[in-house]
Amino acid sequence: MIDRLYQTLLSEGLLVGFAITGMVMWGSYWISAKLTKGRIHGSAIAVCVGLLMAWLGGALTGGKNGIADIPSFAGIGLLGGAMFRDFAIVATAYGATFQDLRRSGKAVIVALSVGLVLPFICGASVAFAFGYRDAVSVTTIGCGPVTYIVGAVTGAALGAKSEVIALSIAAGLVKSIAVMIATPMIAKRIGLNNPHTAMVYGGLMGTHSGVGAGLAATDPRLVPYGLMVSTFYTGFGCLLGPSLFYLILQHLLAF
Amino acid sequence: MIIYGVALLSICYLVGNFAGELLGYLLHEDKNVGGVGFSMLLLMFLTERMKKLGHFNSVSAGGVQFWAAMYIPIVVAMAAQQNVMGAIKGGWVAFFAGLLAFIASFMAVPVINRIGLKKHLETSTWNPVPEEDRQ
Repeated sequence: MIDRLYQTLLSEGLLVGFAITGMVMWGSYWISAKLTKGRIHGSAIAVCVGLLMAWLGGALTGGKNGIADIPSFAGIGLLGGAMFRDFAIVATAYGATFQDLRRSGKAVIVALSVGLVLPFICGASVAFAFGYRDAVSVTTIGCGPVTYIVGAVTGAALGAKSEVIALSIAAGLVKSIAVMIATPMIAKRIGLNNPHTAMVYGGLMGTHSGVGAGLAATDPRLVPYGLMVSTFYTGFGCLLGPSLFYLILQHLLAF
Repeated sequence: MIIYGVALLSICYLVGNFAGELLGYLLHEDKNVGGVGFSMLLLMFLTERMKKLGHFNSVSAGGVQFWAAMYIPIVVAMAAQQNVMGAIKGGWVAFFAGLLAFIASFMAVPVINRIGLKKHLETSTWNPVPEEDRQ
């Protein structure tokens, strides 16, 4: 019996993903309505439940893919994987207007540039403060908080030590998780309720998962605007990290 | 038919991602640069055009809207497979680096937001109240 159930869970992975995610959503919206009286948004709670499940998965299996490392729940990995995620992101663009996009061009370019440089400075300073002095390690750790993909790509390109790359990726994850959880809480304070601000936010924060999850929990209509910008962030980050950022640091650390 | 919407969405996704790969190639990078962004722009452009020409009705739109509505659950599934343990194991260096970066970027939002915000708010027809909070 149990074997058969296990087989079903394994072979119908994606459908298990739909079922479990649906139940998590239902439970989270219930908690939001009954326990917080709607003060904390249901999708914000759902993302936190998701992160908790990821922690549980990592603690149980020692793997890197959260709950998806448990074979019965591998379907969640498929549902939340790159293809479905990007497909749904593109779909959110339906209904967004060019008019709102065009007027924000200048702010978006400034946001993207500042958004790439600031986290790098922060990350590199922390690395320096913790005693790292070689340009390769400092650059790699500095690029982690840009996004963890930029950290990994830069570290690999510069030939950094694997524990430094791991640190860099971890720093990116910390930022991404912070953005996911904090966005709905701080949205009101920074006026995050219109397409323009959403685009600036997407350019400054950059992390795809963080911006998407954060904006979805704030106001789903803002998602396409934020993600439209942040989709360029990681790409440019990977471009700048091993080149310009590294060269500047190499210069600074030579003294 | 619903499949028209889904097909259009898939076409935009594929073409946009190919454009991203091309841009990555031109920048001498192994990464897709802005593929999702190009796909989004293409979808906005095509649906607007096709609506004007009468080739995209509300049933076809349903094929796109279904996937847009699936975004939040997909994000939850994505959150469930993040390497949270990895973030915790990174220790204080990772924690401070990530958090400091978040705080710095967050503080820059109101500053940069000022560029062009006034013009945007004056001309946009956007309703700042989320749909589900409207009474």
